[in-house]
Amino acid sequence: MTTHRSRSVSPDDVDFKDGIQEVDPVTGYDTTGHRWNGIRELNTPFPRLVLVILMLTFIYSVIAWVLLPAWPIGKSYTHGILGLTQEGEAISGFVAIEKTRQSWLSRFDKPDFAALAADKLLLAKAMPAAVRLFEDNCAVCHGQKGTGGPGFPNLADAYWLWSGEPKEIAQTITVGINSTDDDARFAQMPAFDSLSRSDRKKLADYVTALPQGKTSAKDPASALFADNCAPCHGDDATGGLENGAPSLADHSVIYGQDRHTVLTTLAHGRQGVMPAWSNRLSSAEINLLALYVAQLASKQNERTK
Amino acid sequence: MIPIQKLHYNLEKVSMGLVAAIIFAASIGGIVEIAPLFTIKETVEVPEDLRPLAPLELAGRQIYIREGCYACHSQMIRSLSDEIDRYGPYSLAAESAYDHPMLWGSKRTGPDLARVGRKYSDAWHVKHLINPRHVVPTSIMPVYPWLMEELDTSLLSAQVSTLHRLGVPYDTSQLENVKTDVLAQSQPDSDEAEGIAKRYGKDVAVRAFDGNPEKLTEMDAVVAYLQSLGTRTKEPYKILSEKPK
Repeated sequence: MTTHRSRSVSPDDVDFKDGIQEVDPVTGYDTTGHRWNGIRELNTPFPRLVLVILMLTFIYSVIAWVLLPAWPIGKSYTHGILGLTQEGEAISGFVAIEKTRQSWLSRFDKPDFAALAADKLLLAKAMPAAVRLFEDNCAVCHGQKGTGGPGFPNLADAYWLWSGEPKEIAQTITVGINSTDDDARFAQMPAFDSLSRSDRKKLADYVTALPQGKTSAKDPASALFADNCAPCHGDDATGGLENGAPSLADHSVIYGQDRHTVLTTLAHGRQGVMPAWSNRLSSAEINLLALYVAQLASKQNERTK
Repeated sequence: MIPIQKLHYNLEKVSMGLVAAIIFAASIGGIVEIAPLFTIKETVEVPEDLRPLAPLELAGRQIYIREGCYACHSQMIRSLSDEIDRYGPYSLAAESAYDHPMLWGSKRTGPDLARVGRKYSDAWHVKHLINPRHVVPTSIMPVYPWLMEELDTSLLSAQVSTLHRLGVPYDTSQLENVKTDVLAQSQPDSDEAEGIAKRYGKDVAVRAFDGNPEKLTEMDAVVAYLQSLGTRTKEPYKILSEKPK
């Protein structure tokens, strides 16, 4: 063995063929025989544990070829004797999720809301799920607490266009309002662009003043109101006809009742859309949500009392 | 020393040879995994009822790509039970058979959009795109108010023809009426609106998506596109309705 080489020798000159393998006295491992300026390289063997695990994975792969879908054969593939698929697993997992829920959710299949609302034990289980359902599906429009916003109804107040009974709420969720569903509730505020601009201005002033109760029957605009608005909003403008037309005598109009907004509404009309949920939610889920939404409103009422 | 070990020792000394050997070894895995997808029939079975995007929706898709929506929103519901529970039936490869390129994405800063069509109202989408904080106070999505500007449709006919050449089954009447259809889909009261249902099916939404039928905006296109997501075939929904009880 050479212990010293001159620096002019390039490392390429010393390789496996020419170099001398020796045993490192400290670790007891072989060296590779490579040498760089006298620095030698250990040829540490691969750890046995890793080799064993690697072999085990090979063995597993052979088992997996037999059990699971594995090898392509032309236009098809080996399906494996277990017949498992990723899709099938997902579906059966989803069925299992539904089954665990079914123990209490099936109670909501029948819309017997009075009995459901009285069952405190059931509600303790169902309401947290209702919160999640509401957040996943309803909150983007109606707000996380159901308080709505400009253009989207507040569900936590006492004002309802289609009644706040859970049964009616469930119907609204199922078919929607002005939605693509064939049975959708229909409501349209038409554009009154056929009226002259000055008439619309008079009407806007009249409607803006309604919530304050500062209008009088002698006002010439009240005749305009009776002709154009009263059929839907009611003679006294308090709505409540369950045709989607809100009361104009309180502050429940979702678009706002300032002069500018009313003028916009008169000129262009309004036709807000609530999508139908019958394709996304089961009827039990819809009934659960209806009860939750109805309770949102009654909770608010208790607070204001 | 066994011969294979010796081969390896020698290979390690020829760096370009080692690179070639690594590429060869790694490509075996790739070929075994990817190549069969082109031959196995089950991989992509295009449903009969899958329709191509209507011109306005296609324009919306171009804007979706332009604004980089795919960077934060995936359009692929994975075949996992929790995904089905949250979003609906998992996505089929065939659902994006007419998408060039597909927009599956892999990163979800926002929610998956594969089934968002018809979930929210047009008015909500408009409000949300102009400023997401108007409707979702905690949202971190950027604002896109410039979508209210006019839609540039000058390239649309060429884009539809390109897709046709790539194998998307646009028929002659669809190809000829791109300019009419792109306008008509946002003008429900126009005479041309009926043509949309005739050419693309009655399920296609024909509405003034941004609330104003007078002006064709990028907002019309994007909302039309979003409302079409997950609605172009009923095939995925069959999987859930046929599930074992």
